Amino acid sequence: MNASPISETISDAVVIAKRDLLVWLRVPSFIFFSIIQPVMFVLLFRYVFGGAINVPNAGGYVDFLMPGIIAQSAAFASFGTAIGLAKEIQLGVVDRFRSMPMARSAVINGRLLADTLRIAITTLVILFVGILVGFRFHDSLLEAISMIVLAIVFGVVITIVSAYCGIALKNEESVQSFGLVWLFPLTFVSSAFVPVQSMPGWMQVFANNQPVTIVVNAMRNLALGQPSGHDVLLSAIWLIAIAAVFTPLAVRSFSKIS
Amino acid sequence: MNNAIEAYDLRKSYGQVKALDGIDLSVEKGKILGVLGPNGAGKTTLVKILTTLTHPDSGRCLVAGFDVVSQARQVREKIGLTGQTTAIQEELTGAENLEIMARLYHMPKKAAKLKALELLERFDLVDAKDRAAKTYSGGMKRRLDLAASLVGSPSILFLDEPTTGLDPRARIGMWKVIENLVGGGTTLLLTTQYLDEADELADEIIVIDKGKIIAKGTSDELKRNIGGDVLNVQVAHENDLTEVSLALEKLAAATATISREELIVRVGVGSRGSAALAEALRELDRLQISIADISLRRPSLDDVFLSLTGHAPTEGANPQGSNVGRGRKKSSDER
Repeated sequence: MNASPISETISDAVVIAKRDLLVWLRVPSFIFFSIIQPVMFVLLFRYVFGGAINVPNAGGYVDFLMPGIIAQSAAFASFGTAIGLAKEIQLGVVDRFRSMPMARSAVINGRLLADTLRIAITTLVILFVGILVGFRFHDSLLEAISMIVLAIVFGVVITIVSAYCGIALKNEESVQSFGLVWLFPLTFVSSAFVPVQSMPGWMQVFANNQPVTIVVNAMRNLALGQPSGHDVLLSAIWLIAIAAVFTPLAVRSFSKIS
Repeated sequence: MNNAIEAYDLRKSYGQVKALDGIDLSVEKGKILGVLGPNGAGKTTLVKILTTLTHPDSGRCLVAGFDVVSQARQVREKIGLTGQTTAIQEELTGAENLEIMARLYHMPKKAAKLKALELLERFDLVDAKDRAAKTYSGGMKRRLDLAASLVGSPSILFLDEPTTGLDPRARIGMWKVIENLVGGGTTLLLTTQYLDEADELADEIIVIDKGKIIAKGTSDELKRNIGGDVLNVQVAHENDLTEVSLALEKLAAATATISREELIVRVGVGSRGSAALAEALRELDRLQISIADISLRRPSLDDVFLSLTGHAPTEGANPQGSNVGRGRKKSSDER
């Protein structure tokens, strides 16, 4: 019923995406959270914690760290999505859009589009800083690009989960605290910053089998020139499964807003 | 087709709560309908159904001649909506906010810029157009929000409590803006908790409470229905209160009430307001009582509301009040 033509679905999403990016550029704290904070994390782990963490791989801790920190930043970037959506629902911005002759999907699609770009920019900035502090890819350009693409796809999938949280909770503060509850354990109890073998046994069971570790391992193997096929396949299965569960959930709660 | 909005027996429940319990209404083209009711009366639900945001459980509704459920897209081409909150992007400038709206109405870039400028001029925001909207005053934000709902040149505009939370001066400014809109031929449906607002702006008023229409008519008709005029006499000396009260009771053949703090005597004089006023003046003059003030008051919509619902209209509007359950929080349930 009342479906918009495809051209409109795309052009409306592009307008919303441009708007979201413009807002991102205007708010200093958004820039801080998506760029400065990850860069600080790189420096902190590289120089403060790094010396105390033993890693088995060639290239030392900085080469171990970078794929992990890129994945973590991509995941944390999704906070902005959840908060942004919750705020717009609260403020009635979404209601106004829904009362207009435009594609209703544009509010979500546009934001995902903007966030994909945002995550890509963040990833490249962190990578650049990483290279400045000694990070090197050990394999060919193809593997390097694959790692970056995997990081962005991972970020977008986590963003879909966050979008669902934002739409379902509709409240800035609850989104913020709820986001910490699931994102922190997932990113820190993983192989992102330390080898899982250094954790207690019961924790290893969780850490080894959760999606962030699997994605980070795949990214790390791509970066370090280690065999990566198995982890990449497993990552793809996880990411497709997560997207398949949360996309319909997000769409359903979006259509029920009013 | 002379009616811009027609609704028949609209019903909508949220769980056990009947938000709308059989609403019928019609609004002629170019007229203003005021929907008056306390928080939680169903006003926002009504607006959401009329603006295609939510479907009624039953009943039928035509806006600009199109069915809000099966022809939602056509309805959306014709309407504008300003909700209770200011739905603007505070980080962006006034001009950017309106340009983005225009782009979402599929105007080309240049036309979008012109439309934005035209509206900024019309709403007296030109000087602030390149400032982030978060630096605007409450009144300016509301004007920008209203401007945003006019980008698509709607023929029917819905304003859901357009002045809630504004200071008195900004409210009156908003009223002027709204009056000018209708001068341009726009049909308007306006919800409000403020009786003076409905009184000031609306051609016709429906009063709703608990999802039902409990009264309808022009502001004058509503006032007439609940009784006549009231004569107020303020005396200069407290000792005169009793004598004045007796004199007025005799004259009006009704019981007078005395307010000792204000030094005022009030008596209902039915529909013979001005004759009673003249009579009272002569009588008080004969008794040589010096008066500070004398006036004739037509009943306000507050009186209408009280007599219709048994409770005051602003009840629950104050979140600090004793009726927290009916307070501001309620508005989210209202959806």
